[in-house]
Amino acid sequence: MGEKRTVGLDLATPGMDASGQPVRVPLGVADPRGEIGDVEGGIGTEHLLLNMGPQHPATHGVLRLVVELDGEVVVRVIPHIGYLHSGFEKLGEYRFYNQIIPLTDRTDYLAPMANNVCLAMGAEKLMGIEITERCKVLRVIACEMSRIISHLVWLGTTAVDLGAFTPFLWTFQERERMYDLQEAWTGARLTTSLTRVGGLMADIPEGFEEGLRKCCKRLPKVLDEAERMLTNSAIWCARTQGIGVLSAEDAINFSMSGPMIRASGVDYDVRKDRPYLDYETYDFEVPIGENGDVYDRYLVRLVEMRQSVRILEQALDRLPDGPINVDDPRVILPPKTAAMNDMESMIFHFKQVMEGVRAPAGEAYVAIENGKGELGTYFVSDGTAKPVRWRIRPPSFINLSALPKMAEGHLIADLIAINASVDIVMGEIDR
Amino acid sequence: MNPSVEALRREFGDKIGRALESCGDTIVYVDVGSAREILGWLKDAPDQEYNYLIDVTAVEYRDPELPLEVVYLLFSLRRKVQLCVKISLPKDAKLEVDSVVPLWQGANWLEREVFDMFGITFREHPDLRRILMWETYSEGYPLRKDFPLRGRLSRAEQVRRALHANPEAHYSLEELSIAEAYNDLPEDMRRRLASGERDEIPEAGGKRTDG
Repeated sequence: MGEKRTVGLDLATPGMDASGQPVRVPLGVADPRGEIGDVEGGIGTEHLLLNMGPQHPATHGVLRLVVELDGEVVVRVIPHIGYLHSGFEKLGEYRFYNQIIPLTDRTDYLAPMANNVCLAMGAEKLMGIEITERCKVLRVIACEMSRIISHLVWLGTTAVDLGAFTPFLWTFQERERMYDLQEAWTGARLTTSLTRVGGLMADIPEGFEEGLRKCCKRLPKVLDEAERMLTNSAIWCARTQGIGVLSAEDAINFSMSGPMIRASGVDYDVRKDRPYLDYETYDFEVPIGENGDVYDRYLVRLVEMRQSVRILEQALDRLPDGPINVDDPRVILPPKTAAMNDMESMIFHFKQVMEGVRAPAGEAYVAIENGKGELGTYFVSDGTAKPVRWRIRPPSFINLSALPKMAEGHLIADLIAINASVDIVMGEIDR
Repeated sequence: MNPSVEALRREFGDKIGRALESCGDTIVYVDVGSAREILGWLKDAPDQEYNYLIDVTAVEYRDPELPLEVVYLLFSLRRKVQLCVKISLPKDAKLEVDSVVPLWQGANWLEREVFDMFGITFREHPDLRRILMWETYSEGYPLRKDFPLRGRLSRAEQVRRALHANPEAHYSLEELSIAEAYNDLPEDMRRRLASGERDEIPEAGGKRTDG
């Protein structure tokens, strides 16, 4: 056997600095907009109109972008949305509060359990219901599982968009394990409808805790592997660093939320700033980026998944025994056997199913931090069993509105990276 | 009650309407004419600093006598305080308010959505177009209470119109003018685009003319 042959190629892979942070690759072109038109002299002055989508694998759903190009440089982006509009908010005005929950499954369909939680919280705030301790912890578990699932999909698809296929397989395999747990709990992979006003549809099944603990153990290893593949890769860094930069002021001004605003260096996390479900009692950190580019959004999401694992472990440790539903027959359906055998329960059952649960006149806004950002539910009630107005505060809708600002001046290939970094889900944008 | 309400009353006097508390959140009604000025003050005044716009939306009540409301949800990132500012728009007057896009860029799409769904016009909005419904949508404003849940047109009529839409007319003329591509298009396509295909849907039962 001869000497091991190595390829004499320096890919300029960045190393680590003293604090263990990856060193950034210096980018060749600081302002891609400058000079490029001048290279060819008199030839390239005409702008090109390019249509992307609505059916396009890299737009993550039915998003259509009309792009004005100067050579390869994006001059203007005009997003067109609404292809998936289904009028959920209008439908909600014709439904009881519990009947709205299945609609929320279909908004952010990558994290349905978190949407269910947000809606139930809105209705509970309106009705002044205090949920049980066990329910709170289980809802935290649901929210954090959703965040991990959502971020895993983001990581996998974004890596594919930028040309790395392997992380996609790893993250989707891990997501599948999470989905198995979700399926065991709710009976569905997507249409979970987990919560009810005042509680949950079901308690966790046997073996769920062990399964989740196993997932929590395995996930960091998978993330390590994905990081080893991407974080220091020369190609990944060159494609993401300095791309789609959004300053802190702009991020606030554009009402960004979630990883988008945190990557820009703004410390805004609904879990910390307006705690719900006792999040203030959990020990976790909120990662903050510095540069507000695609790379920082990637780092922020990776750390967030690791923090979610921490929260999940703490939630499993403290999971108290007790009922999952509030003890209020006006809100929670009685057990089926009781409804069949005793008159009072039957009346409550009948009244709830036929007349719904009345909410006092008033309005309530609650927000949760889901994978995409601040997901809000705004209810206005006039005292009947159906809301006058149900509004979803859609995080990815608002995050997407900054896409033209972020993409203009970059190359068309970077537009894909920037669009991927927003982490959009069209079901929620179009509602 | 949020102390900002008192500060608002001191600063703007009778421009501030009633304030109430609902489920622990403070709601304050302000005058429609000075809404932008008031919101700008809330954004920049040193002891207010409501620098984050959570949401812009609108509400129409089931009672037809009640006015429409435009709702601004504000949040102060430093003080961690939330405030809900509302504007009442009586239905017999013009549904118009000043746009807050000069204050928050994030209001751009949110106001477009309110315009699209409720028909409320935002003065000085840079780009007030429909956003979720398509540009030529002519059935009205879906989230208004007088809009039927299934839409104004029958399913058959909706399908007929969809089939008659020109699949090539997906670009607005403005978008085509970007590339100066309009003049390079074939004659018939140019004619169809110029007419916008807005009013040319033939009567039901008639023969399709082209496309």
